[in-house]
Amino acid sequence: MDRIYMDNAATTPLEEKALEAMMPFLKENYGNPSSAHTFGREVRKAVEETREKMAFLLGAKPEEIYFTSGGTEADNMAIVGAARALQDRGNHIITTSVEHHAVLDTCLALQEEGFEVTVLPVDQHGMVDPDDVRDALQDNTILISVMHANNEVGTIQPVEEIGRAARESNVLFHIDAVQAVGNLPVNVETLNVDLLALSAHKFYGPKGVGLLYVREGTKVNRLTHGGGQEKGMRAGTENIPGIIGMGKAMELAYSQLEENTRRMESLRDRLIQGCLEMEEAKLNGHPTRRLPGNVNVSFEYIEGEALLLSLDFKGIAASSGSACSSGSMNPSHVLMATGMSEQTARGAIRFSLGRHNTVEEIDYTLQAVKESVDKLRSMSSLYQGKGER
Amino acid sequence: MYSDKVMEHFNNPRNVGDMENPDGTGEIGNVRCGDITKVFIKVNGQGIIEDIRFRTFGCGAAIASSSMLTEMVKGRHVEEAVKITDIEVADNLGGLPPQKLHCSNLAADALKAAIKDYQDRQK
Repeated sequence: MDRIYMDNAATTPLEEKALEAMMPFLKENYGNPSSAHTFGREVRKAVEETREKMAFLLGAKPEEIYFTSGGTEADNMAIVGAARALQDRGNHIITTSVEHHAVLDTCLALQEEGFEVTVLPVDQHGMVDPDDVRDALQDNTILISVMHANNEVGTIQPVEEIGRAARESNVLFHIDAVQAVGNLPVNVETLNVDLLALSAHKFYGPKGVGLLYVREGTKVNRLTHGGGQEKGMRAGTENIPGIIGMGKAMELAYSQLEENTRRMESLRDRLIQGCLEMEEAKLNGHPTRRLPGNVNVSFEYIEGEALLLSLDFKGIAASSGSACSSGSMNPSHVLMATGMSEQTARGAIRFSLGRHNTVEEIDYTLQAVKESVDKLRSMSSLYQGKGER
Repeated sequence: MYSDKVMEHFNNPRNVGDMENPDGTGEIGNVRCGDITKVFIKVNGQGIIEDIRFRTFGCGAAIASSSMLTEMVKGRHVEEAVKITDIEVADNLGGLPPQKLHCSNLAADALKAAIKDYQDRQK
């Protein structure tokens, strides 16, 4: 069997049609959209058409869309920009313990600047309680930042309700929708959001491009200084091929959303069920409110990175829940926030399915997981004394 | 991020498993990352390590380091084996990523504990 890619939450392959749309802008249409001549004007037209398309799909207005280099930059712009713009009104920010580092570290950086940050806990499924958000609101609260769906455990947060609470209290609401867009219907009106970040390469678009939605009338200070691109909000020549590719990828993602979601959910549930049939395996994240492609399972007595490497030998690409694999020695902050033991957190592995995965791949993966888990357990110092199995 | 040698040892670990009636047993847990390694040794009358087994709970580097260490000490005298350092283990694996260097301590320390256990039993 060919290699199997089940790490679509890390990144997705570029959609062929998105690549085709990008090609002219990597070749003949190389003009700078800020130029007044025809070369420039042609590109400007394509960029603005993409802006309109992105706005339409998100339920926004074109002037509310700011192109960025990706999700991280958009999150930074939203949180730091809004916090600084509202400093005279207050200095309190609310976020959650399961945010992506693009949000969590940004909030902590603001703490060093003198902002007050409340990091809300989550339940065992990684869910934030909207009542906790309401209770955390203070007179000086200026911003709430909650992710739409979690990248590790796939839990879908009650952002709509949190958005309502934010609206009622006249507090800005930012969502990191990086994992949600392309997997869930994302609309800024139904979700009551003021700021939203997304990234193209999570929905089969190119890497290095994303956007920030800023509700009309919301004051956000710029972070980058230079040329007047993106209405002065984000200086620097735009990533034109990236923007065009993102537009095409988004269009495809939205047109196939229901079909892809249904298909991925059925593959996901097959993989989850197969994993849970193995002994001492536990599903991490929410049993029902989870991303259509997310499977996160902890296997006791073994380490996630070892399982990842073992599966890699069998041609399967997954991601490990223990951050030991990515350089830091601490188990995932998301898994720890759900209250599990460090050992269980370290035994976690994440499969993030995509639109290209098949039933055959799921079944092959289940067989490979079983073999790998058995092998690693037979080697594990923790499994010893559990008797012959 | 891992050398071919690390991956090879991880995939085909040498001397893995339990040992019946070992002459020395050592178990070390790494406080930094929670890895745990157990080492069992069989030592002959001349003080030569005739057989060695390990079991490890840990990442790829921890498992590969344990495997490499067992290869390095088999057939050597306990006085020599006890001097093997984590750096030698890592070097023999073709190096480890900086954040994984601490993983090679684990096997070397577990071996030292096993040798100490063996020596204590000799007294």
